[in-house]
Amino acid sequence: MARITLSGLAHSYLPHPGGEEDYALKTMDHVWEDGGAYALLGASGCGKTTLLNIISGLLTPSEGRVLFGDKDVTMAPTAARNIAQVFQFPVVYDTMTVRDNLAFPLKNRGLPAAEIAARVEEIAGMIGMTPVLGRKARGLTADAKQKISLGRGMVRADVNAILFDEPLTVIDPHMKWELRTQLKSLHREFGHTMIYVTHDQTEALTFADKVVVMHEGRVVQMGTPEELFETPAHTFVGYFIGSPGMNLIDARVEGSKAYVEGTELALDRGYGAPQGRVQIGIRPEFVTLNADEGLPVKVRRIEDVGRHRIVRADFFGHEINAIAPEGWPVSADMTRLAFAREKIGVYADDWRLNGEAA
Amino acid sequence: MDKPTNQKAWFLVLPVLLLVAFSAVIPLMTVVNYSVQDTFGNNQFFWAGLEWFDEMVHSDRLWNALGRQALFSTIILLIEVPLGIFIALNMPKKGVWASVCLVLMSLPLLIPWNVVGTIWQIFGRVDIGLLGHSLAAIGIDYNYTNDVLDAWVTVIVMDVWHWTSLVALLAYAGLRSIPDAYYQAAKIDQAGRWSVFRYIELPKMQGVLLIAILLRFMDSFMIYTEPFVVTGGGPGNATTFLSIDLVKMAIGQFDLGPAAAFSLMYFVVILLISWVFYTVMTNLDREDGQ
Repeated sequence: MARITLSGLAHSYLPHPGGEEDYALKTMDHVWEDGGAYALLGASGCGKTTLLNIISGLLTPSEGRVLFGDKDVTMAPTAARNIAQVFQFPVVYDTMTVRDNLAFPLKNRGLPAAEIAARVEEIAGMIGMTPVLGRKARGLTADAKQKISLGRGMVRADVNAILFDEPLTVIDPHMKWELRTQLKSLHREFGHTMIYVTHDQTEALTFADKVVVMHEGRVVQMGTPEELFETPAHTFVGYFIGSPGMNLIDARVEGSKAYVEGTELALDRGYGAPQGRVQIGIRPEFVTLNADEGLPVKVRRIEDVGRHRIVRADFFGHEINAIAPEGWPVSADMTRLAFAREKIGVYADDWRLNGEAA
Repeated sequence: MDKPTNQKAWFLVLPVLLLVAFSAVIPLMTVVNYSVQDTFGNNQFFWAGLEWFDEMVHSDRLWNALGRQALFSTIILLIEVPLGIFIALNMPKKGVWASVCLVLMSLPLLIPWNVVGTIWQIFGRVDIGLLGHSLAAIGIDYNYTNDVLDAWVTVIVMDVWHWTSLVALLAYAGLRSIPDAYYQAAKIDQAGRWSVFRYIELPKMQGVLLIAILLRFMDSFMIYTEPFVVTGGGPGNATTFLSIDLVKMAIGQFDLGPAAAFSLMYFVVILLISWVFYTVMTNLDREDGQ
């Protein structure tokens, strides 16, 4: 087990990358703490799998270094890194029994037979495969095969880290939840560093202590689920996380005032005069529909999703969403949206500005 | 739903029926016809019953030829299959060199049998052949027309040269169809080179290898032209394989009855062994179901 450090890391699939757009992974410096449960979240094609394959050594980065603890492993082959990785689609050794499949990584490390047997039993119990241990892996369902892949990933007790590349894509929904819970409890029990790639925010937020959000080859924010929700560092984090995502409205900001389509909004902090594309962002949770204050809007639709209602409103051609808690009165004369002042964020060219206390 | 019945549809099967009849069934039946009769020419036939079969079953000549044939097929399978797999494993996976390799590998397959025989016949001659002459020059006493072992080595090397490509190309196709994820998983699981071959590559190649082995078995068991051109079945009867012997009997000695009985038994043997291969190899595949 070790802390994983990425130092000046960048990767391009082209032999001679020109500009920044040629890089699948843009220069990054990050430290993944030993024993952390991380989720790597982002849309398809944002470089999640590339990053994972670089950590596991399946891919050699074009630039930068990867360190496990203090050891530079950038050039070390996968087998020398002692790392586990579970892929999106099941990979099982067809001609082996389920038991041999689970034992394979241990046998390759030359562990004593008794230890292997005990460990395999334990893992098989955890993934619910004990009854079929003696069967050939060929002919099992995709579900079962993926469980074997997961089991093979978790079977070594001494791995530096376990990487999951969207491992639950092919698994039944109810099984998904169960396996995720088991991964969590495994993490608590053994304290492996786990990195879990997904594009599903629920999966990410329920699994991880820290969520790493990637966008176009860049890590845009690394933080607790709460931080991602409260203070998204990038507009992508804002609208990717949350349902519906953050409202982003073009605005002109001067000091601690923002002007949106002629309406003045007071801000909590002073931002000077930011340049570039300036937007204010506010989560729908902090927008209230009422009759007297805020931006004048036209309410288009109200969706009842059970625990709360989502108000979809139109503001000069912009959609603004608000969340009305259960029991919140909604009436026809409510045509204004009020923003909770301390929750408004200001973004210049997609990045959050810190501002200074006004 | 009622299916319409139209007996005229049988006419659609007729062309195939005719084709198969003329290409396979009728010739085969002629052979059956010869095998139960005796003739002294003039198109006069006498009923012989199972006499020829009885004679053939007790004929040393046939058993010896069968023994040589079995030995030949076994040796070339034992060489060509592992060698073909080995070549396939070491061929470049993509790029220009992959194409170059593929073309080079397919060249021997495109050469007609009798040309292959002629090439090796000349290649191995001590007086003018590159191989024979060079061997003689470095002091090796090589002569495929006199020495039984030399004749066998020549015929086997020739077959390996001619047909290993087929096994290699089929194995290569099998290897190319393995998704990268399997190799990645093996690296993650810290598998050695042998394990990768044993647990990933070999199982994934099983289907194409079955075809390769079947084809090579059947072809080698029926081999005629190449050894006939090179050694003519000699020295003595050393390289007289079943087909060569059969042709000698049927056309050389004009013993149509025994030759017909011989060929029917030959046919059954090939059918039987192919069936055994096929059954064994497909059952390896299916033992997972409990």
